[in-house]
Amino acid sequence: MNPRAQMRMLPDGRRLHLHDGPMDLIVEAFGAAEQIEAAYHAACNRFVHVLDELCGELSLLRRVCTSESEWPEGSVARRMMSAVMPYACQCFITPMAAVAGAVAEEILGTMVKTANLSRAYVNDGGDIALHFGVGERFVIGMLGRPGVPSLFGMTTLTAEDAVRGIATSGWRGRSFSLGIADAVTVLGDRAAAADAAATIIGNAVDLPGHPAIMRIPACELAPDSDLGNIPVTQAVGELSARDVDEALENGVTLATKLLRMSLIRAAALHLHGQTKTVSSMPESKLMEHERGLVHA
Amino acid sequence: MADDAIRCDACPVLCYIKPGRTGSCDRYGNHDGKLVRLDPHVVLDRTVERGESAVPFLERSHDWDGTLVSHGETFVTAIGAGTTYPDYKPAPFIISSQVEGVDMVTVVTEGIFSYCGVKVKIDTDRHLGAECSAVRSQGQAIGHVATSEYGSQMLSLGGVRHLTGGSRHEGTATCDALLNLCNGKAVELEIEDGAKVTVQAGKAPVVDGLQEERMRVGCGSATIGMFAKQWFGKVDEVVVVDDHITGVLSEHQAGKLLGIPETGIKMKGRRSTPGRYFQVAKPGTSWGGTDLEDPLEILGKFNVKKAWAGLRLLMVSTTGEHHAYFELDENLKPREKGLPDALQESVERIRENCEPALCTVMFMGGAGGSLRAGVTENPVKLTHSVRDALTRVTCGGAPVYVWPGGGITFMVDVARMPQNAFGYVPTPALVAPIEFTLKLADYGALGGYVENVRPLSSIAREDETRRRLRAREDNPWPLESGVKDKG
Repeated sequence: MNPRAQMRMLPDGRRLHLHDGPMDLIVEAFGAAEQIEAAYHAACNRFVHVLDELCGELSLLRRVCTSESEWPEGSVARRMMSAVMPYACQCFITPMAAVAGAVAEEILGTMVKTANLSRAYVNDGGDIALHFGVGERFVIGMLGRPGVPSLFGMTTLTAEDAVRGIATSGWRGRSFSLGIADAVTVLGDRAAAADAAATIIGNAVDLPGHPAIMRIPACELAPDSDLGNIPVTQAVGELSARDVDEALENGVTLATKLLRMSLIRAAALHLHGQTKTVSSMPESKLMEHERGLVHA
Repeated sequence: MADDAIRCDACPVLCYIKPGRTGSCDRYGNHDGKLVRLDPHVVLDRTVERGESAVPFLERSHDWDGTLVSHGETFVTAIGAGTTYPDYKPAPFIISSQVEGVDMVTVVTEGIFSYCGVKVKIDTDRHLGAECSAVRSQGQAIGHVATSEYGSQMLSLGGVRHLTGGSRHEGTATCDALLNLCNGKAVELEIEDGAKVTVQAGKAPVVDGLQEERMRVGCGSATIGMFAKQWFGKVDEVVVVDDHITGVLSEHQAGKLLGIPETGIKMKGRRSTPGRYFQVAKPGTSWGGTDLEDPLEILGKFNVKKAWAGLRLLMVSTTGEHHAYFELDENLKPREKGLPDALQESVERIRENCEPALCTVMFMGGAGGSLRAGVTENPVKLTHSVRDALTRVTCGGAPVYVWPGGGITFMVDVARMPQNAFGYVPTPALVAPIEFTLKLADYGALGGYVENVRPLSSIAREDETRRRLRAREDNPWPLESGVKDKG
């Protein structure tokens, strides 16, 4: 047994908190009490192995992904690999870009396989895997900046939508970003795919060469970063309204491309209080609540 | 690799961390070349304890003008306070607050304890291993099996000899296990020539993969005494199987008093007094802490002169977890039958009377010279002051038992402390919070660092490095009425 992992119910008695090394998950299942319990047990039993499995293949997972990349063994690692593969020939990406989403997906998958749940989610630090029973729905709120509790958008997802994963990326988060987005939230068919897409859209929200942006090679901050000597954003100074618009537009261009390729379902890009969205979903989804906020 | 980065070994990611930065978890960081845990400094808050809803501190801060603080409603724990070891400097936080009109001082520090360990009480009748057997974790000896207590087995883990007296591996494995146990996590222990047991403070023990549910209601003989009347008339013979003392109803004093006739039963094992048998089987993890899979193995042939066909026999363990019902056939051989409803109730009753089996973990450590020197320039005076009950010692705000005799050697129930209160240094040694609370006047008298005392209001503000917690209702408030015992 892995003695590091912390697994406990939160004080509300409903949600399960799983923590191990850099992984921190909030899990909630809905359904009959004994089904929830079975699901939580299964989640714990799977969770205790995840970090060791991933670390066993860490050097492979930190390597840049190409179409010739060797496939990893572990099921979480394989989820990561398949999530970043679509981007392999277009840009620099490593499987680590999808690690949080892949872990969320794996734990959720274990729960749903074990128990009959009406709904469930696994939130791995903002990267969320969702399960819907027939006719079920989730209301999702989006934060503008990590740690600052103000929503910049809300959306309702239902079982009929194809969305089963939500991920957010931004330079203020725990992972490094090449771009300057405060937050890019992506809705995708799977959590790992959404995680990878949020990472690369977040990288694209950028103003290359802009003097107000301070960047430092990743390896100078964390010697073992998968990003090597690629400069990552460490501070963003004053930006004009035009700068903000241009940076967001750079992200929107890429997001629209991913939308057309069906790699994502929707994305909301957030920078300096401005938000742009792209969506292939009915108008009532992301946009409606955006308008609602404007009127409020 | 950059030589100023350090390798964090808190988890298998094994991050290289540059000075001033954190690892991928944001929990551990490189502080001037040392690996430090960055969990926030914990401040216990008593007002929430009194039934107010547990809302985040910040939402309430407008109404807080400091009045409550000056009434001693906030107690600063040593968790995350840091330590000044090995420098003989004043402790990181020396805080004053007014309690019932008297200025109280709390000296807050995190102590580094090389002389420390845990005493574990495991509620089980199953045989975990012989006394003095080594207890291993990660393949290393980290302690030993201590005494058997009533319904429980004690383990003594850690101590300076395992932490620093053996190999590096032994020390690390010991430190790991102690840290996890103290922080309320599950630890798997392997007892030499014995069981594998998973121990977690406040949780049921898991022995060889089986979760222990109940403590036994009593030994086999005591169980006969407790339930004889309920069995009377419903069954002819009852054997309560117990590794310690197996009880037999018809031979037992309780059965005799009820006039239960002899049944011709023949027990294996060594008879102690009538109806009480030692060593009916080997110790194990099955029926009543024996190795029995089939309870009939402890019976010899029934005496043909006394037994009769149709004789009803109940065999049950001391927790009611195992039970079987037999009737004798024409050859006086026991044949298993379904348990009659009338007996079902008595088996249930045994189970109901068993308390839930738990593991309890007591941290035990000694406050050494340098730690005491952080409180006063004259360390022995602190010891005397604790001894004279002028100074209250707490551990993360939880009450401690200070051993009589020299020094300040104390024990604390880790379950009464805030979560993750313990840390470690690579020595290896455990880092535990410790707080000394005394009257300001007394503090001056024992040579305290009076010039370093600062008001609580100066640190009671919530920020990113300080966390306000709800005080536990079952702990006495550390600042309450001097140091007198509530009884």
